[in-house]
Amino acid sequence: MKAVVTVVGEDRVGIIAEVCTHLATYGVNVLDISQTVMQGYFTMMMVVDTEKSTVSLAELAKVTEEKGKEMGLSIRLQRADIFKAMHRV
Amino acid sequence: MLTLKDILTTQDMIDKRHLDIRTITMGISLLDCAHEDVQVCADKVYEKIVRRAENLVKVGEDIEWEFGIPIVNKRIAVTPMAIIGNSCNADSYVPLALAMDRAADTCGVNFIGGFSALVQKGATKGDLILMDSIPEALAVTKRVCASVNVGSTKAGINMDAVAQMGRVIKETAERTKENDGLGCAKLVVFANAVEDNPFMAGAFHGVGEPETVLNVGVSGPGVVYHALQSVKGRPFDEVAETIKKTAFRITRMGQIVGVEASQRLGVPFGIVDLSLAPTPAIGDSVARILEEMGLEVCGTHGTTAALALLNDAVKKGGVMASNHVGGLSGAFIPVSEDEGMIAAAEAGVLTLSKLEAMTCVCSVGLDMIAVPGDTDAATISAIIADEAAIGMVNSKTTAVRIIPAPGKTVGDRVEMGGLLGTAPVMPVHPESAADFIARGGRIPAPLQSLKN
Repeated sequence: MKAVVTVVGEDRVGIIAEVCTHLATYGVNVLDISQTVMQGYFTMMMVVDTEKSTVSLAELAKVTEEKGKEMGLSIRLQRADIFKAMHRV
Repeated sequence: MLTLKDILTTQDMIDKRHLDIRTITMGISLLDCAHEDVQVCADKVYEKIVRRAENLVKVGEDIEWEFGIPIVNKRIAVTPMAIIGNSCNADSYVPLALAMDRAADTCGVNFIGGFSALVQKGATKGDLILMDSIPEALAVTKRVCASVNVGSTKAGINMDAVAQMGRVIKETAERTKENDGLGCAKLVVFANAVEDNPFMAGAFHGVGEPETVLNVGVSGPGVVYHALQSVKGRPFDEVAETIKKTAFRITRMGQIVGVEASQRLGVPFGIVDLSLAPTPAIGDSVARILEEMGLEVCGTHGTTAALALLNDAVKKGGVMASNHVGGLSGAFIPVSEDEGMIAAAEAGVLTLSKLEAMTCVCSVGLDMIAVPGDTDAATISAIIADEAAIGMVNSKTTAVRIIPAPGKTVGDRVEMGGLLGTAPVMPVHPESAADFIARGGRIPAPLQSLKN
């Protein structure tokens, strides 16, 4: 299943590395990354494949949010289909 | 292809505009729980609800995490209990209400609806016992919600039931007076009640429904309010378009969550209820949407027109976003649950008469309104009769959820707590309608042609 990870917070060295390492720990494969700096905030969107995740999707979303708190960032993992449903007819 | 903008827009709606799924409500038929011994019947009711809904809360919470969208309430609606109670040799259905309450507690849901009777044309033995049992049932349970349908477009209005419900509401308030008459917040009197409404307190599982079903109620006044800020001063055509587009997005979210939950629970998906349901939180108000259209305070002249546009646009936008739409679908105007309505009522601009007019064009009726504790039963019945007449003539659902708060008078406030909010006590006409209500009988069903 495809999920979207969004990371928002103050820019610093190593954010992408740390987030990717976290996801790799749970067997999550990164398919696509795009990032930008908006109003001084680092904003990243990753599309990931959770097919081989070692934990359930709900659990993965929880530990990812906790990882964000630990890093002082807002990190969220959500199923991709909700965005498609809301923004595509 | 997903864009960062789409993703951030969705997250912004959830984080800052109070976008959420207001409720996923599992409907459960209890028709096979009938038994002549009321205790055996109550045990069967408890056992069946728990068996069907034991995973409801867990599944709801998992979906919340996966989609990153709050599902505020997980709830249960059951077959109108008067129908089940008819089989029992009992003169009170309080044991059935207690069984519902225990089952809701076991399943971890905050409300269970269906302590209900449908008496629009007349009452059976069970309907009469149920109505008599309501005050005690709402006083001794925490989670049970009751509703009674007293009229319909096809049947007219059962004025005997209207008179009785005035007394039932008064007694319910009296029995829960330590909590400002909180029991009345869990009691709805309907005309044209719908069988698939997921929202409390009026949810029940109609007899035309399947064995079990999952219905979803969405919310999002804050999202609509925010969207309208981008069309300040523009013509109403643009206002309507903006609301439709927003409603489409909100409803799509309800649809995807509903389908997912129904698959996991192994229960057919019923409907998405397209309602704009406010909460007492700042920025989650239907009144503020109406004010954003250009009204100084909700309740002033123009409010009914603004609400008519809002209600219609929400439906038009939502209908295409879901494969089945139902329930009450429209804008709710519960006074105590809407920060802007509370402010407008406290300012004296929003009156009971204006609210009655507003109910002609919106989805429900006089909802969560506190009136002085010394309001007599006949006056409450007369308020119900007026509201039922609006529903009957306009072929729409109307409802009355009114709290004659014991010991309170105009200027006081009634604290309901949580999502139920705070209701300013509103004045009622002091002139009596007692002789009108004392007549009883039935108001005939209205003509469906010659509509003027």
